[in-house]
Amino acid sequence: MAAGEPSIDALGQFKLTSSLGPLGASVNFSQSNLMMLIAAGLILALLYYGMKPKAMVPGRLQALAEIAYDGVMGMCTDQIGHEGKRFFPFVFTLFFFVLFGNLLGLLPFSFTYTSHIAVTFSLALVVIVLTTVVALRIHGLHFFTYFFPDGAPKLLAPLIIPVEVISYLSRPVSLSIRLFANMVAGHVMFEVFASFIVMLAAAGTFGVIGAAGPLALNVVLMGFELLVAFLQAYVFAILTCIYLHDAVHLH
Amino acid sequence: MTEPLQGDPNPSGDAFAQRLEAARKKQGMDPTPPAPADGDTQPSAMGVGARVGVELVASMIVGVGIGWYLDRWLHTSPLFLVVFVFLGGAAGIANVWRMMKPKG
Repeated sequence: MAAGEPSIDALGQFKLTSSLGPLGASVNFSQSNLMMLIAAGLILALLYYGMKPKAMVPGRLQALAEIAYDGVMGMCTDQIGHEGKRFFPFVFTLFFFVLFGNLLGLLPFSFTYTSHIAVTFSLALVVIVLTTVVALRIHGLHFFTYFFPDGAPKLLAPLIIPVEVISYLSRPVSLSIRLFANMVAGHVMFEVFASFIVMLAAAGTFGVIGAAGPLALNVVLMGFELLVAFLQAYVFAILTCIYLHDAVHLH
Repeated sequence: MTEPLQGDPNPSGDAFAQRLEAARKKQGMDPTPPAPADGDTQPSAMGVGARVGVELVASMIVGVGIGWYLDRWLHTSPLFLVVFVFLGGAAGIANVWRMMKPKG
């Protein structure tokens, strides 16, 4: 333990710093915002350059763009029904924004904007406001029967209605916590194991051999995190679809 | 086209598409079917556990939040907090039940 006291700073990686030099600092343009812009640019580039050839037999990039489109379209129509096509742009945007945030965060020197509860909760809030507005527009005040199921005895109304309201309001909370917690947990584990490598390597020859353990673990973890990145984006999108289904069909 | 389909108004339409799909599936030509139809992907025990946990915690957070805020607003501490902790817990259980119940 030569250079200072090495400690594991697992949460320092989530700290926001301003990017783009003095201009970014003056408007509080953080690296998180920068990554969001990069993600948005990459998504647009994928669709634009992917679909540019318009080939009958798609190349690799075009196949990727088509799978992206088909996958989200299938998700919408399977979950919501044929009305789901109207929500396709929203779900597509949401899915790819989250997916690219998760995936870009796995690159070295980048930042995972989905690891901030502020970001994920904002996204979840957009989802819940949209579903509520959609439900109110389609069903009008009939929407409020959602909070009191049909066959329930009237006597239980003071108990059921608050529970249903809380359950409805907990949707954005659980939606955002799930994504945020998964991303934070993954990146904290990366940091912890990476710190083990450095600390062991600093402890002499024997430690260098031992450092292979956490290194191997981090390699495995990277594969696992790729899965989690995709899965959480998928879960976020599919739950959005399910909530939209509830809003459209109301039951 | 071995046997003609009786009573089918559109023998070359839907029925053919269905049989084609069945045949393709049998030959393993459609590798896509495992797309999960419900809200969950293959429910691994870990995944289900994490979802249940998040669901319970989220409802509790909302319940406590509402109760705490009502108390602060109406100066009735701790009445609403106590009530809404229980309601939040109940809502969490209700959510978990809705998540786990067999799809009907």
